[in-house]
Amino acid sequence: MNYVSHADLGGTTGHGPIEHEPEGVVFHHDWEAKALALTLAAGASGAWNIDMSRRSRETLPDYARLTYYEIWTAGLERLLVERGLVTAEEVAAGRALVEPVEVAGVLTADRVAATLARGGPVERAPSGPARFAAGDRVRTRSGPVDHHTRLPGYVAGRVGTVERVHGAHVFPDTNAHDGGEQPEWLYTVVFDAADLWADAPPGQRVSVDAWEPYLAPAAGGEP
Amino acid sequence: MGDRQAHDHDDEHSELGEMDVRVRALETLLTEKGYIDPAALDELIDAYQTRIGPRNGARVVARAWVDPDFARWLRSDANAAIASLGYTGRQGEHMVAVEQTDRTHNMVVCTLCSCYPWPVLGLPPTWYKSAPYRSRAVRDPRGVLAEFGVALPADIEVRVWDSTAEIRYLVIPQRPAGTDGWSEERLAELVTRDSMIGVGHPLDPVAVPGGVPSP
Repeated sequence: MNYVSHADLGGTTGHGPIEHEPEGVVFHHDWEAKALALTLAAGASGAWNIDMSRRSRETLPDYARLTYYEIWTAGLERLLVERGLVTAEEVAAGRALVEPVEVAGVLTADRVAATLARGGPVERAPSGPARFAAGDRVRTRSGPVDHHTRLPGYVAGRVGTVERVHGAHVFPDTNAHDGGEQPEWLYTVVFDAADLWADAPPGQRVSVDAWEPYLAPAAGGEP
Repeated sequence: MGDRQAHDHDDEHSELGEMDVRVRALETLLTEKGYIDPAALDELIDAYQTRIGPRNGARVVARAWVDPDFARWLRSDANAAIASLGYTGRQGEHMVAVEQTDRTHNMVVCTLCSCYPWPVLGLPPTWYKSAPYRSRAVRDPRGVLAEFGVALPADIEVRVWDSTAEIRYLVIPQRPAGTDGWSEERLAELVTRDSMIGVGHPLDPVAVPGGVPSP
């Protein structure tokens, strides 16, 4: 196994207290705002997708020690180099040393509002009928995978109930690795907390949104 | 997120200074390369500091409180209902609204990263993106809620929504009692960011300016 995500935190312990902040605190330093803006602006290059961004961030070896926008900055630098837009030497130097490559687009100031308002929907035409329907009991994949995925470890191999069918959505597991969008049906699957943790009190349920390849009929084998 | 001492850095620079320098260098590089328009950066920052924030979501909630047809629309097609108020786009392309009831308390987390409905709530607060909340919200939601000052009776079910895909969840809190006849604008002032994540309640109507009933 070569792929290691450091971001799968659900159910883990030892992270200290939650430090609440009042509404209205958006950034703590000017550089944080700039890091956000650079990430959004550079995304207009079309050189990567959101799943690649998540892959770049979650596999940073020092993820757990970094603050949020330190993760974003490091993830962006990494993507820029990996996708060939800049060289590692240029990142270190903080200036251009070689000719730029051609990019799909540059986000100009006059197009920011419209671009944000449009967003990037990920629902696609399905290639076939949905395998599951609301009410179906399903078991999630339990084995580890050697790539980016969006099935949290704390629900791996557990049985839950399909609550809602969302349509076919871009599949992160392939899209994060240049494998294309390969849309798959997406479901909200809800679990009784007692089926996730033996000591969970009654009256607690947790749901995740899971793509069809993560799921198998509960009565059958593993997906 | 934890240990800030682990960075290997020059004693002459604070860590803040280091990040300042690093991000500025990246901006210079990308500008020289022609990949970004520096003026767009200011527009982006301004959008999330002034225009796209939790007051948007508060207006959605207040509309749902005064207009049962809108509340139904929100239930059946949150994307369209929210778009009708002008809130669309990035990190809110696929919206689902979940309602607090007398029987169920909903709360939202993203255990894998920081997924959050930007068009209606703006950028997520730091605690939402940090390990303590992400790890515990699914494991001990009642304990987390208690830390946020939300004490739930034992007979109310807690439902945690882990935003693991591109579906974005907006919690619709219950309309506070004692607000009969209030305008939508006044009601929106009661709706807090935390109440739309599911870790808080709306403000008490007697606690806001103008909220005290006339003698």
